[in-house]
Parts: sequence; C-alpha cells; structure tokens
Amino acid sequence: MTQIPENIMPNSEPVEMLLNMGPQHPSTHGVFRMVLWVDGEKIVDVVPHIGYLHRGSEKLCEGEQYNQVITLFDRMDYIANFNNEHVYVRAVEKLMGLEVSERSEYIRVILCELNRIASHMLFIATMGLDAGAMTPSMFCFRGRERIQGLFESVSGARMMHNYFRIGGLKEDVPDDFVHQVREVLDLVKKDTEESDKLLSFNEIFLARLKNIAVMSAEDAIDFGLTGPCLRASGVDYDVRKAAPYSVYDRFDFDVPIGLDGDCWDRYYLRVQEVYQSIRIVEQALEQLPSGDVASSLGRRLLRPPAGEVYVRGENPRGELGVYLNSDGTDRPYRIKVRPPSFCNLSSLKHMLKDSWIADSVVILGALDIVLGEVDR
Amino acid sequence: MFNSLKGLVVTLVSTMNGLRSPVTRQYPNSGNLLKKHLEPTPVKDRFMGFPALTWDEEINEPYCTSCMVCIRGCPTQCMSAVMKDNPLYEQEKSSRRKIVDSFEINLNRCILCGICVEVCNFDAIVMTHEHEMSTSSRNGDRMNLPALLELGHKFQKETDWIPPTKRAKVVKEDATEVSKASADAEAS
Repeated sequence: MTQIPENIMPNSEPVEMLLNMGPQHPSTHGVFRMVLWVDGEKIVDVVPHIGYLHRGSEKLCEGEQYNQVITLFDRMDYIANFNNEHVYVRAVEKLMGLEVSERSEYIRVILCELNRIASHMLFIATMGLDAGAMTPSMFCFRGRERIQGLFESVSGARMMHNYFRIGGLKEDVPDDFVHQVREVLDLVKKDTEESDKLLSFNEIFLARLKNIAVMSAEDAIDFGLTGPCLRASGVDYDVRKAAPYSVYDRFDFDVPIGLDGDCWDRYYLRVQEVYQSIRIVEQALEQLPSGDVASSLGRRLLRPPAGEVYVRGENPRGELGVYLNSDGTDRPYRIKVRPPSFCNLSSLKHMLKDSWIADSVVILGALDIVLGEVDR
Repeated sequence: MFNSLKGLVVTLVSTMNGLRSPVTRQYPNSGNLLKKHLEPTPVKDRFMGFPALTWDEEINEPYCTSCMVCIRGCPTQCMSAVMKDNPLYEQEKSSRRKIVDSFEINLNRCILCGICVEVCNFDAIVMTHEHEMSTSSRNGDRMNLPALLELGHKFQKETDWIPPTKRAKVVKEDATEVSKASADAEAS
C-alpha cells in the first residue's frame, strides 16, 4: 500500500494539474491530442497536438499527375469526399479555362449536397454520442448508410469515389439515378426529422450544449472560422451565396444563421443545413438536363498552362481553398490546401479556456473536425 | 414535469418505430431475424473491388498486352508487367503481336481508384467485385498473372462481362439504327 504523505492537501494552495486527452480517445474524432491544464474541474490552458495522421498529401500531390491527384483529395476530408474532389477539379478547370457540360455540373452539385447531408448526419450522430445520447446516432447512421449505398451505385465506391474528372465526370450516372435519389431523399428526410425530434430540444441535450463555448461574431471572424461554426455566431457567410460557383446560383435555398454562437447553435445549424441541402438536391433533380458528361479533353495527359490559381468552395466543414501552381508540366508544381477543419481548430484554445473538463468533449465535437484534413 | 413527460412520449414513439425489422445485418449473413440468407450482402453493379485481368474466350489468351499504360497511370505504383512476343500471332490465330508474360499487382498497395481500368485500351483490366481478400502475411496479396486471370475469369462469368469497347460499339450501332428508324418514320 502506498503511503500517503501527511503534509499533502489539508490546507495547501490549489494545484494545477496536467491532463492528457488523446490521441487514442473516442471523443476526439480521430487521432487528436489535447494537453489540458486544469485547475480542479476548470480548464486553464490547452495545448493541442496535431500531426498524428500526417501523410504529406500536399507534397504527394507534386509527384502525381493531375488526374491522380483526385485520389489524394478524396483522402483529405474523408467524410466529404465529393466536395473535396469538386474544389480540386474546379481549380484545374479554372487554370485551363475549361467549360464543363451542364449535366456534369448538376450531377456534381447533387452528389456534393448528398455528401453534405451524409457528413452532417455523421455530425449529428457523434454530437449525440458526445452528449450521451445513443439512439439518434443509430438513426443517423442508417440514413448515412443509404446515401453511401447510392454513392456506391454511382461511383463504385462508398467513400473514396474518384468520380469527378477534370472537365467532366468518369461516367454517366446509372439509368435509375433520379428515382434512386428521390427515394433516398425521402428516407433521409424522415431519418433526420426523427433524430432531430429526439435530440434537438431534449432537455438534457440543451443543458449540455446551451451557452457552452459562446463565440461572438467578431471573435469568429478573427479566428478565421468558416462554415457552420462561423454562421452559428451570426455571420451570414456562405461561399455558395457569397461567390456562387458551379450552378449554385440557380437554386433557391436559405443559409441558416445562429443566434448565440454556442455549441447548440452549431449543432442545430447543421440540422437545418441538412434540410436546405435536401431542397437543393430536389431542385437540381428537377432541372437536371440531359447531355454528355465526359470531359472534352478525352483521356489525354493533362498539361495545364503555367500559372497559379486559387479556388474555394463550401465544404460541410467550411471553406476549402485550393491554391494550385502549375509550371506547364503534367504534374502540379505546388498545391496548397486551406482546410476548414484546421482553421476552425485554431479557435479551440479560445473556446476551451475557463470551461469545464466535462464540456471539452462537446466543444471539440461541435467544431466537427476531421483529422484527415487537419493533418493532411 | 411536462417536458419530461413529453420526452418520454417522444422516446416511446421512437421505440415503437424502432420495433420494425432490423436494418443492420450480421456479417457475413444478410437478411433479418426471421429470414436468413447465407450469402453476403450483395454489392452494386459498379462496385470497384480489387483489379484483375480478363481472359479472351474467343482466342483463349489474356486481353493484356503489357503495354504498361495502367502502370504509368497508377497513383500508387502497385503493378508491374513484362511483355513477350505472342506465339498465337505467329500462327495467325490472334491479332495481338505482344502478350503479357508476367503481371503482378500488390493488392495491399492498391487504393481501388479504378484509374487503370479507365486508361486501358485493350479492355484487359477490370475492377472485380472481390473485396474479402485479407491475408495474414505481409506479401499475401501480391497477385501474379495466373491468380489475376482466375479472379478476372470469375468476375467475367459472374457478370456476363462484355468488353467495354465492344459494348460502346453496340450502343453506337443501336443509336444509329434508332436514328435511322426515326428518320424513316419522319420521311414516311
């Protein structure tokens, strides 16, 4: 038995303790490590450690041909693969001045929005789990599974699709695509409503999330937050509206805005975004034109002209930017990615300071980071 | 008080809804509690499993001529191939001058992107529906030519595979016939 020293604690000063959380922790959504300085139950300081999933994607891009880089972008944000592919192919298209057929653009938007729904459903599921609710996660995973089944029938893979091509798509969608999407959308809508009803206004859930890690609009802009985290603080900024790309300017959809900028707003905003994405997909299905989807370049080796280009797009997690520098060869000279999760993660210290240890899990969860994108 | 009752009602409704047949399946069986099938969950038509080489039934030789285009297109460099002169070409049985001598795919390295299938000019490589190929040794999934051809042959039999270039031709002919027919109809 260990002897407890007699002079410990009776009337000594409060001691700060160092608490290591992660990298193997179920609530860090990957291999993320936080070193928390705690004073009792209160967090005094936090040092985040990233890089456990670093694969050097940006460097690897320099060694791959332009069409092979798409596979690397699939693996950055592995929850929203289509959105990532979309931004990259748009970057190369902009560099080469390529026109993309209407049909490909619509199919891209449909798939991207479906991917956004799938990503947000995963967020709702894990947010529930972080706060201690098990059932909604089951419903959400069921809905996500349906979307992934649809992706499998379209692209042949459930996650790493490699379906978008520079100037078009790999192949046309299956014949019953529109019917399939409509079917899936109805079911997904029901799933979301079900878990929304169970979780969103649940008293325990509200108590765990309301007024936790409040972020003012000024702070959110200063920290470079984008996407749902920024909009939850009340800033009306969505790349799809602010600088419409692809065919997003043809759809009628709202950008939900949060009121308080707390964790619950960040959660509920994503629930609302699922409904908005469903609206976009429905409109896109109605407008879906017929035509060709193949790239006008054929299958020849791509050699974009020398130059540089920056393209951004709205990912489920925020604004993804791709800076592409070409020297006229068949491989990119440099690719720099502005990953939304990484930039959102920079506000973690600000949010965690002076909060409780018990809240740290939901605060990190509400940021919705994907470590594949943070570390690249 | 009222809120907690409301919560209970929501949970109860959800529980009743949850009593429908299960969505999850026990791997590798599919079906539900009452009806069990022993075959695994089917994959979709376009599913991209591990790549394999195809076999030309008409001439009895592989489609592959080891032209290395897939090897250059592969993002992970997981393949290698060696070419040889085709003995059947000398006997004038085949139109392929060169034929594959040896071919190796390291399936542990393969990321199932499907680029090799896309760039192939000879319909020689396909993404099969095979996905349950785990082994316990480090190089256990290094597939050589006979193994790849066997995999491909299995896929061809299962899916009644038609070479994509042939399929494209058939579709084109159909389209021209249809347009001809419609033109005739318009003329009459």
